[in-house]
Amino acid sequence: MKKFISFLSMMFISALLFAQDSKVEMADELRKSGKIYVVVTVMLLLFLAFIIYLFTIDKRLKKIEKGK
Amino acid sequence: MMYKSWWKILASVFVLYTVVGGLLIKVPTLPILHESIRNLYFHVPMWFAMIVIYTVSVVYSIKYLISNDEKQDLIAVEAINVGLIFGFIGLSTGMIWAKFTWGDYWPNDPKLNSAAISTLMYLAYVVLRSSIDEEQKRAKISAVYNIFAYPIMVVLLFVLPRLTDSLHPGNGGNPGFGTYDLDSNMRLVFYPAVLGWILISVWMMTIRYRIRILENKNNQIN
Repeated sequence: MKKFISFLSMMFISALLFAQDSKVEMADELRKSGKIYVVVTVMLLLFLAFIIYLFTIDKRLKKIEKGK
Repeated sequence: MMYKSWWKILASVFVLYTVVGGLLIKVPTLPILHESIRNLYFHVPMWFAMIVIYTVSVVYSIKYLISNDEKQDLIAVEAINVGLIFGFIGLSTGMIWAKFTWGDYWPNDPKLNSAAISTLMYLAYVVLRSSIDEEQKRAKISAVYNIFAYPIMVVLLFVLPRLTDSLHPGNGGNPGFGTYDLDSNMRLVFYPAVLGWILISVWMMTIRYRIRILENKNNQIN
C-alpha cells in the first residue's frame, strides 16, 4: 500500500514536470484559477491534523503523569 | 518549560503559517527551479531541526557524563531518535527535489553522500545502545560515542562538501540560499518555517522522553 501510494505520488509529480516548458514557468495558471487555494486548504488540514494529534498525545501524557 | 504549552502553540502557528505563506507568497522566477523553490520552506527546515536536536543531544550527553543522572541520558537518546526521523525526511524530500532539478534521485554528490553517512553514523548510535545490556555502561559508552559523532557530523555536512564541487547550494562555489534569500519575501516564510520545525522537533523529543520516564517508573514497581 505504501509503495503504491509513493508510486502514485511520483507519477503525479512527474506529470507536473513534463507539463513545463523551457521558459521559466511558474504556477500562474493555478493561482489565477484559484485552484491553488484547494492545495493550501488540503495542506493546512494535513498539518493541522498532525499538530492536533501531537497536542492530544501531550494531554494524555499529562494525565498519566499526574496519576502517578 | 517542557510542560508549558506556549511554545508548542507558537510552533504550530509558525508551521501552519508557512503552509499558507509558502504556497501563496510570491517567489523569484528562476530557471530549473521554477515553482519548486518553495521546497526551501519545507526541505531545509528538516535539516535545521535535525542539527538543533543533535546539538541538544550532545549537550545532554556531556551533562550526563558530568552528573551521571540517568534522565539526561534519556534526553540524549530521544533527541537522537527524533533527529533520525528528521534526517530521513530531509534525505527523502531532498531526493524528490533532486530528481526534478538535477535529473537524478541520487546524483553522486558530496553533500548528499556525507548527509547519508552522518545519518548512518547516528543509526550506529542506536545499534550501539541496543547492544549493551548493562545500563550505566550503555549510557556512558553511548554518551562518549555521541560526543565524537557530533563534530564529525558537522564536518561531514558543512566542511567537506565545501571543499569540492557540489550541486547543492551552499557548497563548492555554489551560492547558498543567500542568493534566493535576497528576496525578502522568502525570508518572511523561511525563518518562521525553520523556527517552527525546530520547536516541533524539540516537542517530539520531550514527548518521547516523558514516555520513557513513565516506562521506567512502571518497570521499577516489581
